[in-house]
Amino acid sequence: MSAVRPDPSKLYHRKMPATWWLTNQSYFLFMLRELSSVFVAVFLVVYLCQIYQLSNGPDAYRAFTQKLSSPGWILFHLVALLFALYHSITWFQSSAVVLPLRIGERVIPRPIVTALHVVAWAIVSIIVLVLFLALKS
Amino acid sequence: MSTEKTMEPLWWGLFSAGGVVAAFLVPIHIILVGLAVPLGWTTDTGALYRIWWVKLYLFVLIVLPLYHWAHRFYFTLNDMGLKSISKLLAVLCYGGAIVGTFVTAWILLKI
Amino acid sequence: MAEPTIRLNVTRYRPEKDRAPTTQAYVVPYREDWVVLDALNHIKDQMDGTLSYRWSCRMGVCGSCGMMVNGTPKLTCAAFLRDYYPQEIRVEPLVNFPIIRDLVIDMTDFMEKLKSVKPWIIRKEEKPVSEGEYLQTPAELEAFHQFTQCINCMLCYAACPVYGLEPKFLGPAAIALGYRYNMDSRDQGKDQREIIGNHDGIWDCTFVGECSVVCPKHVDPAAAIQRSKVDVTKNWFQSILMPWGQR
Repeated sequence: MSAVRPDPSKLYHRKMPATWWLTNQSYFLFMLRELSSVFVAVFLVVYLCQIYQLSNGPDAYRAFTQKLSSPGWILFHLVALLFALYHSITWFQSSAVVLPLRIGERVIPRPIVTALHVVAWAIVSIIVLVLFLALKS
Repeated sequence: MSTEKTMEPLWWGLFSAGGVVAAFLVPIHIILVGLAVPLGWTTDTGALYRIWWVKLYLFVLIVLPLYHWAHRFYFTLNDMGLKSISKLLAVLCYGGAIVGTFVTAWILLKI
Repeated sequence: MAEPTIRLNVTRYRPEKDRAPTTQAYVVPYREDWVVLDALNHIKDQMDGTLSYRWSCRMGVCGSCGMMVNGTPKLTCAAFLRDYYPQEIRVEPLVNFPIIRDLVIDMTDFMEKLKSVKPWIIRKEEKPVSEGEYLQTPAELEAFHQFTQCINCMLCYAACPVYGLEPKFLGPAAIALGYRYNMDSRDQGKDQREIIGNHDGIWDCTFVGECSVVCPKHVDPAAAIQRSKVDVTKNWFQSILMPWGQR
């Protein structure tokens, strides 16, 4: 029995379009998840700029905070928040896949692992909020 | 044996650490910095950023997600068709994160 | 009384005379219990014997009949007409593979990749037969069992955009197969499966996750890949920070 190899010159290669991520919902949501990292990074850079103003004195800091209350910046932060939350929830879902948790012999179902992450996130957020309110002046 | 083989775990490790930090901490900070204070729900002079352990916390908060962004964005740009300038993208993304690390440290020490 | 029918739009590609693939429409009887494979078999038997496609067990265990059904990689023996009726069904060859003819793709690359992860038990020293079998507890089997379920249907490669963009990517099934052996307590060959930790192994993967979504046997190759990343990264940091502690 001899194997007949297909003629390589006659094989038809379909090219993947550059817009591949627009062809179905899963790919599109994946791309949104990836782009969330851009919003997170931009926010942190803006935050860093605000912190930097402290070296220019309290008036500079206040002026920067004033700028952040413009509608454009509020909108940016709202959008950034949505993307950050999307990053968080997808990260918690991924964590359940990457690190299977066990109680003894039994594996904890993934939705529960994700839910535990969400609870931890809520607790951490509250701690940060409380510390901020306690330490701010 | 190309450098890419041996270095990838480093970038992925930083990406993961940054992902964890971003997932747990960034939303509340966006709310505080981007909404609560600017909208007047609370006030803040920023003096708390001068506390030494707050500076340490801010360093971790800001720097690690930069590496998360760098790794993710590098792969995204490649997947969106820019594979031909892969090396340049690597320098811009990972280099950007490294620059960000030093700038953040410098700023936090300065204030 | 007219029998209900459904229309299939099927890719045709005849290398001896076609420059590029075309689509041919077939109107087949609609039966509640038919799957797309039944429709293709009806076309071949009753309408157009020239249509070429792969199939075998027709019950979801051989992995032969993978094709794109309305743009989603599926086993055609598991895609029921009733889930699409009365809409038309588009049947195309699995994407990310070159087309040989009609719905038949060239799987050479896939086969090479499976081989490259050395999918067999590798021992530093074989136990002599007189010493009996390699024993394994249920827990040890549990650690890798789901990854043994792969039927090599290649739906995961069709679903993976990274493989589509980078043909050198080792791919979900091959990495899951390598992981299956690395996690097998009888195996001692992890250091021989370095290809997994190389640049076109796990590190090309961006955890899109579609591979696991389309897998008909719930192998979850995405999990195998991400867990491999953790494993390789842990070992890498250990070797950098504690170089003396090499096992």
